[in-house]
Amino acid sequence: MAVTVKLPVQLRPAAGGAAEAKVQGATVGEALESLFAAHPELRERIADGDGSLRRFVNVYVGGEDIRYLEGTSTPIADGAELTILPAVAGG
Amino acid sequence: MAVTNLRCRECGATYPLDARYACERCFGPLEAVYDHSHLAGGDVAELRRRIQAGPQNIWRYADFLPLAEGPPGPSARLASRVGLPAGCTPLIRADRLAGELGLREVWVKNDAANPTHSFKDRVVSVAAARARELGYQVLACASTGNLAGAVAAYGAALGMETYVFIPADLEEQKVLAAGVCGTNLIAVKGSYDDVNRLCAELSGERDWAFVNVNLRPYYAEGSKTLAYEIAEQLGFELPDRCVVPIASGSLFTKLAKGFSEWRQLQLVSGSEPIMSGAQAEGCAPVATAFAAGQEFCTPVKPNTIAKSLAIGDPADGPYALELARASGGQVEAVSDEEIVAGISLLARTTGIFTETAGGVATAVLAKLARSGAIDRDERVVLLITGDGLKTLEAARDTFSAVAIEPSVQALDRALAAGVA
Repeated sequence: MAVTVKLPVQLRPAAGGAAEAKVQGATVGEALESLFAAHPELRERIADGDGSLRRFVNVYVGGEDIRYLEGTSTPIADGAELTILPAVAGG
Repeated sequence: MAVTNLRCRECGATYPLDARYACERCFGPLEAVYDHSHLAGGDVAELRRRIQAGPQNIWRYADFLPLAEGPPGPSARLASRVGLPAGCTPLIRADRLAGELGLREVWVKNDAANPTHSFKDRVVSVAAARARELGYQVLACASTGNLAGAVAAYGAALGMETYVFIPADLEEQKVLAAGVCGTNLIAVKGSYDDVNRLCAELSGERDWAFVNVNLRPYYAEGSKTLAYEIAEQLGFELPDRCVVPIASGSLFTKLAKGFSEWRQLQLVSGSEPIMSGAQAEGCAPVATAFAAGQEFCTPVKPNTIAKSLAIGDPADGPYALELARASGGQVEAVSDEEIVAGISLLARTTGIFTETAGGVATAVLAKLARSGAIDRDERVVLLITGDGLKTLEAARDTFSAVAIEPSVQALDRALAAGVA
C-alpha cells in the first residue's frame, strides 16, 4: 500500500527538508517503519527507546487521531494520508 | 529584558526566542525561561513599589513576561493606552458564597471583567505583542470561543489582520462577538480538537502568528499575570488554594508558575497554593486520569455544555496532573446539571454571572467544600474566567418571570398566589 506521510516543520530537517514522504505499509506502524527506513533520523525524534510513539507526538489517519482508532495497528488503505503533528498546540 | 530563551520541558533543549512551540528533538513543549537574578536578593519592598507604580493592566508585570523589548507602546507610562489593555480585574471577597459552602474565606477573581470578557485577553495581549516584535502581520488562533473574540478584538485594536478558527457548533454569542470585529472567521466542521489539528498543520504552511500554536510559549505566559494579580490583591500573600477550570491545562499550570516565581523572589509570603482543577464530566480527560492515577491523559470526544473547556486532547494534561498531585490538590469533574447549578450559585451569592466554565469551577468548589476536601479555614480563590452573557443558553429555564397587567392589584394577586 502506498501511503503519504505529511511531516511537520519540526521534522523536515531530519527528512532532507521534505514536507511529505511516500511510504509503504498496511498499518500505521508499518508505514512509520517504512518512513524510518527512508529517513533513519526520524526514528529517535518521534519514537521512544521501546519503539512506541513519544507522548507528545500525535499521528492522524485521514484527520482522525490514531488513539481513537487502533493506535499503530490501525489499518490504512492504499493512497491514505498520514499526518504527524506535535501534541502541544491549543488551549 | 529578563526573558532569555525557550526551553523544552521534557529534554531541556534550548532555542532562541522565535516562533516555535515544540522541541525538534522530542516534540516536548517549549517554555519561556527568564533570568531574574537582577531582581533577586535586592530590596523586596522596592520591587513591590515598582510593580505597584506600574500601569493598571498586565504590563505592570512586564519583568515577568516574555517580551524582548518590554511593554508595548511609546513608553512604559503610556503602555496602559496601547491596544486593548487587559488585567487588573477585581478580586472580590465572596462571604455569602463562602457561608453557603461552610467555608471561612472565599475570593472570586472575576476575569470576565477583561475587555472581551474572558481571561484570554491576558494571553492574547502577550502573544500579539510578541508577534509584532517578531514582525508578523497576521494573528490567528484555534478557539473554543473566548479566544476567538480576544484575537479578533486585539487584531482590530492593533491593526493586524486576523484569522480565527472555531468549531462550527459554537455558541452564537461568541461567534457574534468575534465576527463584529472584522476578523476572517472560519467555522470548521468538527470538534475543537479537529480545529486544533488543522491550525497545527497550517502553522507550518502560513506565515501567520497562531497565538496558541507557534506563539504558544509566549501566549501561555500571559496566564501568569492572574497569579501575580491575585497575590498583589491579597497584599503580596499567597492564597491557600485556587479552584481553576481546566481545558488544555495551560492556565492551571501557569498560575502555579506565577506563584512559584514570586515566591522564589520572596515577593510574597505563604506556601505554594493547593491547586484544584475543574472539568465537565462530558470532557474530563484530566479528571479521569487523575482518578485513575495515570501520568497522562487518554483523549476523549467532548459532549458538554461547557464548550470553552471542550478540549478532548489537553496539551498540558500531564503537567496539570503532576501539579494537582504535587500541590496536594485534585482534578474533579461535574455534570452539566451541576454546571448550571454552579452558575446559579455564583450569581445568587455574588451577583457575578459567569459562563459555563465558571459554572464548572463554582460547582467543583461546592463539591469539594461539601465533601470536606477543603478545610474550613483555608483562604480559597475561585477563578472565574468568562462572562455569562457569552453562554446565555445555560441560564435559560433556571427561573421564571411573573407576567402581570400593569396594576397594583395584579401584582398583589400574583404575589398572594405565591408565584414570585
